[in-house]
Amino acid sequence: MNVIIEFAVSVLILLGAVFALLGSIGLARLPDFFTRLHGPTKATTLGVGAMVLASAIYFTATQPGVSLHEIAVMVFLFITAPVTAHLLAKAALHRRGDRQPSPHPSPASGRGGNGDGRLFRSGNDCPLSLRERVGERDEVTQRQEEVK
Amino acid sequence: MRRLFPRPALSVAIFLLWAALANAASLGMLLLGAVLALALPFVSKPFWPDAPRLARPGTMLTLAARVVLDIVIANGAVARRVIGPVARLEPAFVEVPLDLRDPFVATILASIVSLTPGTVSIDVDQESWVLCLHALDAPDPAALIREIKQRYEAPLKEIFTC
Repeated sequence: MNVIIEFAVSVLILLGAVFALLGSIGLARLPDFFTRLHGPTKATTLGVGAMVLASAIYFTATQPGVSLHEIAVMVFLFITAPVTAHLLAKAALHRRGDRQPSPHPSPASGRGGNGDGRLFRSGNDCPLSLRERVGERDEVTQRQEEVK
Repeated sequence: MRRLFPRPALSVAIFLLWAALANAASLGMLLLGAVLALALPFVSKPFWPDAPRLARPGTMLTLAARVVLDIVIANGAVARRVIGPVARLEPAFVEVPLDLRDPFVATILASIVSLTPGTVSIDVDQESWVLCLHALDAPDPAALIREIKQRYEAPLKEIFTC
């Protein structure tokens, strides 16, 4: 195998491994569910993308013919990864809404919308149900901070 | 021709995907791919979204290139934030008011937002057309909204004319 190809494949595998590791570190270090969601999405896009590219280059170089499986793998990952993230996020909003009935008026009806000024800063119409749930989430985090 | 291929783009995509999966350009495999490309659009007919017309395939390629580039750049940025002091992050739920009015195109936009690291889309409200997303670190949500609208939504609107 050509030295240049060997080098390119090694770099891509290392790059993929580093980003998969960073995704896992993110999953472990970040404080709450929604921020943790960012780790895995990152690992699938660039981490797996780089490794899959390395595989395509390696098998194209060492075996007769062109290896194109890997492109299919990448296409399917790129289609399914956002769907998973989306469903996880929605499920999390639902569970928070069910488990933590809000003792306070929701941000949409009371408090002037923005609590600590961080949620929904743009202040447009998010669906009311989502806004209420997210408002509850805000209170949950605040309570956690008080406990700390 | 139109009756034989109700969805030409879908047929071509199936054929190419089959060729990639089979990983070998043998005549039998390509033939099987052609049969699938013919049959699957008919079988999946009830599930088709009413996709708007593809007006500018060229812009689609530039957008795809831009998304790939953004994924690489944003990965680096998010990696720095994950390693750095986590307490200093400013995660935020952000609402992007959309100009486009098509469920299919909105889905593509939401997927792009989720794929680029640092943002995960949560919900698209089809009544008020607002995309809700969660950002890992958004000290300035207004800038993030501007960026998403300019970088992704504007080209998508051009591509699909909606």
